[in-house]
Amino acid sequence: MATGSPRPAVLRERVAGLMAGTLTLPLGGCRAALLDPQGPVGAAEKTILLNALAIMLAIVVPTILATLGFAWWFRASNTRARYRPQWVYSGRVELVTWSIPILVILFLGGLTWVGSHDLDPARPLKSTQPAVTVEVVSLDWKWLFIYPDQGVASVNQLVVPAGAPLRLKLTSASVMNTFFVPQLGSMIYTMNGMSGQLYLQADKPGVYAGQSSHFSGDGFSGMQFDVRAVPATDFKTWIDRTKAAGPALDEQAYGALSKQSTDVAPYTYRAVSPGLYEDIVQQHLPPAPGPVAAQPASQVAPVKKAS
Amino acid sequence: MLGKLSWAAIPFDQPIPMAASAMMIAVIAGVVLLIVLKGWLPYLWREWITSVDHKRIGVMYCLLALVMLLRGFADAIMMRSQQALAFHSAGYLPPEHYNQVFSAHGTIMIFFVGMTFMVGLMNFAVPLQLGIRDVAFPTLNSVSFWLTATGVLLTNVSLVVGEFARTGWIPYPPLSELAYSPGVGVDYWLWALTISGIGTLLSGINLVVTILKMRAPGMTYLRMPMFCWTALASNLLIVAAFPILTATSAMLLLDRYLGFHFFTNEAGGNVMMFMNLIWAWGHPEVYILILPAFGVFSEVISTFSGKPLFGYRSMVMATMAICILAFMVWLHHFFTMGAGGNVNAVFGIMTMIIAVPTGVKVFNWLFTLFGGRIRYSTPVLWSIGFMVTFVIGGMTGVLMAIPPADFVLHNSLFLVAHFHNVVIGGVLFGAFAGYTYWFPKAFGFRLDERWGTAAFWFWLVGFYVAFMPLYYLGLLGMTRRLQHYDVAAWRPWLLVAAAGAGLIAIGILCQVMQLIVSIRHRRPLRDRTGDPWNGRSLEWATASPPPAFNFALLPDVTGEEPYWSMKQTAIERQQLRPEPAYEAIEAPRNTPTGFVCAFFATATGFALIWYIWWMVALGLLGAFATFVAFAWRDRADYVISSAEVAELDRANRAARRVALVDLPEGFQ
Repeated sequence: MATGSPRPAVLRERVAGLMAGTLTLPLGGCRAALLDPQGPVGAAEKTILLNALAIMLAIVVPTILATLGFAWWFRASNTRARYRPQWVYSGRVELVTWSIPILVILFLGGLTWVGSHDLDPARPLKSTQPAVTVEVVSLDWKWLFIYPDQGVASVNQLVVPAGAPLRLKLTSASVMNTFFVPQLGSMIYTMNGMSGQLYLQADKPGVYAGQSSHFSGDGFSGMQFDVRAVPATDFKTWIDRTKAAGPALDEQAYGALSKQSTDVAPYTYRAVSPGLYEDIVQQHLPPAPGPVAAQPASQVAPVKKAS
Repeated sequence: MLGKLSWAAIPFDQPIPMAASAMMIAVIAGVVLLIVLKGWLPYLWREWITSVDHKRIGVMYCLLALVMLLRGFADAIMMRSQQALAFHSAGYLPPEHYNQVFSAHGTIMIFFVGMTFMVGLMNFAVPLQLGIRDVAFPTLNSVSFWLTATGVLLTNVSLVVGEFARTGWIPYPPLSELAYSPGVGVDYWLWALTISGIGTLLSGINLVVTILKMRAPGMTYLRMPMFCWTALASNLLIVAAFPILTATSAMLLLDRYLGFHFFTNEAGGNVMMFMNLIWAWGHPEVYILILPAFGVFSEVISTFSGKPLFGYRSMVMATMAICILAFMVWLHHFFTMGAGGNVNAVFGIMTMIIAVPTGVKVFNWLFTLFGGRIRYSTPVLWSIGFMVTFVIGGMTGVLMAIPPADFVLHNSLFLVAHFHNVVIGGVLFGAFAGYTYWFPKAFGFRLDERWGTAAFWFWLVGFYVAFMPLYYLGLLGMTRRLQHYDVAAWRPWLLVAAAGAGLIAIGILCQVMQLIVSIRHRRPLRDRTGDPWNGRSLEWATASPPPAFNFALLPDVTGEEPYWSMKQTAIERQQLRPEPAYEAIEAPRNTPTGFVCAFFATATGFALIWYIWWMVALGLLGAFATFVAFAWRDRADYVISSAEVAELDRANRAARRVALVDLPEGFQ
């Protein structure tokens, strides 16, 4: 046939595009972070999200329509509707009512099993490029990113090379937080005395908003950070520049940093004492202090946002 | 002398809590003054406060829930308006206040609205549906209620004296540990929930024993109305799950009060232990709330369709399956902890399996509607609104049960939208359906339909306008509990959500009006027959409101839907069953035990929060003395004479005779 129907793959793409389009329609131009992923993890999660949604909508929409339809047709005033007060059991209907959800769940269960393993946050990403390691420490109320291989660190700004996998090790200096960059994908808890693992990747250069996704106290809303994905060469330049200036992060500086503060503007450390992250995880450094006085947030960071 | 308590505990410098508490105190003082001046106090004391009648206690539970709905909703309005304003600005609520608001909102809505309403409905309806005279332990029932009231009181006192928890409705350590939350807020949460949790546990035991041991003659398990089944499942869950909450709270209390290290960062404490324990209670809690609502919908849909429930045995199976599965899914609340592929996948799949019995329930309601003759009163509107709304909430729930999807949706506004979708669309709609459905049984007159219908539409539309934007905000990457934000794309949706909260506010106003109008028009709305909806189960066999003893003679149950078959027989034979030989009935005496217990529990709780140790000792001593006094009482029962029973029952029979001779519309 000259004008055949589109091939399944094309069709699937179109359906996915249509669904994404419908979901983002009201925004007009600006796309939702989760539907506009910028890395392989986020993209895979978006696919799972939309596939699962499509499978379930196939059941949910007819159910809603049937509810409204039955409720309307069988209204007491409708004389055309047949009243069947004795119709209370039907083996065949029961078979259907149990099988439909079971089949859907079997299908989704398979998707879950495969997805949970493929997208396990601790699973390294396949790539030809070597992974960049960053150690993430959530503090009250800012983020510390340590680059152990480069020996530098930054606060509230994560600069990474685009296209290379990112190997994150995560812990917390005090209370629990969640490291989350919506456009890159998976989030994971940070907990004191424990070290978590997360692999992410930004495919293209760009700035992606990140935040804590687990409430951590009064300064929680100020725990925003940016992920700046830059070309590999720019990343080298950034490391060199960072090494050239700024304070050094030793035990004392860490002590000052770990005190409560919020809305901290990004800045960098030219050097980091080796093993700082392990010292925090192993609790060789004590957990960060809580509120000092009755006042919820005392300002201790070297720089504060202008706004 | 007063421990940590001083004038500094009262936030004189903060206008919002001061104005709110001033208003609350004024309302309470006004109500108390009215009661005293009108001379209603002795009546209230005799007939309500000291009552051990399950119907009265059920009504008081529901009233408490409705009042707390207003408080919880006030918090909701504050949150929605704060987020609508706080774009590139601090809004009007500083974090330390905003954080209390959302913590109080969650705590109050789950424990003191959802739970309290459901326990109230079960207390009221279950013994009537089972055809019995009261619950197994009437005085214990009163104690349970008043301990719940203690929790409510302590939570609300925190508004004026000190502060409430700033940790979220579940105080995750280490944030809730003394090091990071040195204030009294977390202590208020812990003691309020521990004390009211004991009340809930006692009430759960009470209802389980009642359902298992006290059914009317002939009421086998498979003849129980669906609501009794769901009540049984829900109360079994309470009995199994609430001790976990109490134990978890106790551990956190030991950490905070005596320097233990269950959940601290230091000295081997483990926060993951807290999360596992709290959700081992917390997930069953979700089903404790929703199962009775499922029961209400089953009753309402069947009654107003004029049909028995479709697939009754299937429904029973589905209910009990949910009851068991509820305990096997808790880990889905923290997939993002990084437990690994196998653990996450197993808990994800277990969670989805619950969707099977739930889906079966939805389909069975659907087929109950099919072939029915549906009369559109408010209870059925809530039920159909529920069916449509709940499947959406169920779908988003299953979506988040897929770990990789949860990795981007967890703790986002998508999650907030999801659980409001099931809690409002399920639990609250169920509570409102049950409230309008059983109101005439409790008070002898129906609620106004017009205000009820208006309330329903405002709630339904308001819900969609308020929460659909939150789903979308979740996809935009907005996390929950933000006090301020800088993302322009979020703003319009938060404004829409705030407008939705406004619509819900109108819905609540309609419900207040409905109550006022119905009380004023109670004569035309009067239910003379005791069976205003052409009901099918035994609660409709007795008068509205029922006499203290419920049934003059325990009904003899010969099948499912006993009252429906009684009616059919009466209509066929054009006469009621012959008048029974009336006998005197022994009924439990009213006692202030519950109220006095709760008084001492409140004093103890307050003293523990503020480290007033002499008052702790005094409170405990008082509670123990109350127990001893109750245990040594001489007379536990009083006798209702056979003449009185006969008089009341003859009136009921006369009303029914009129109803069955002069058949109202809908009777077959």
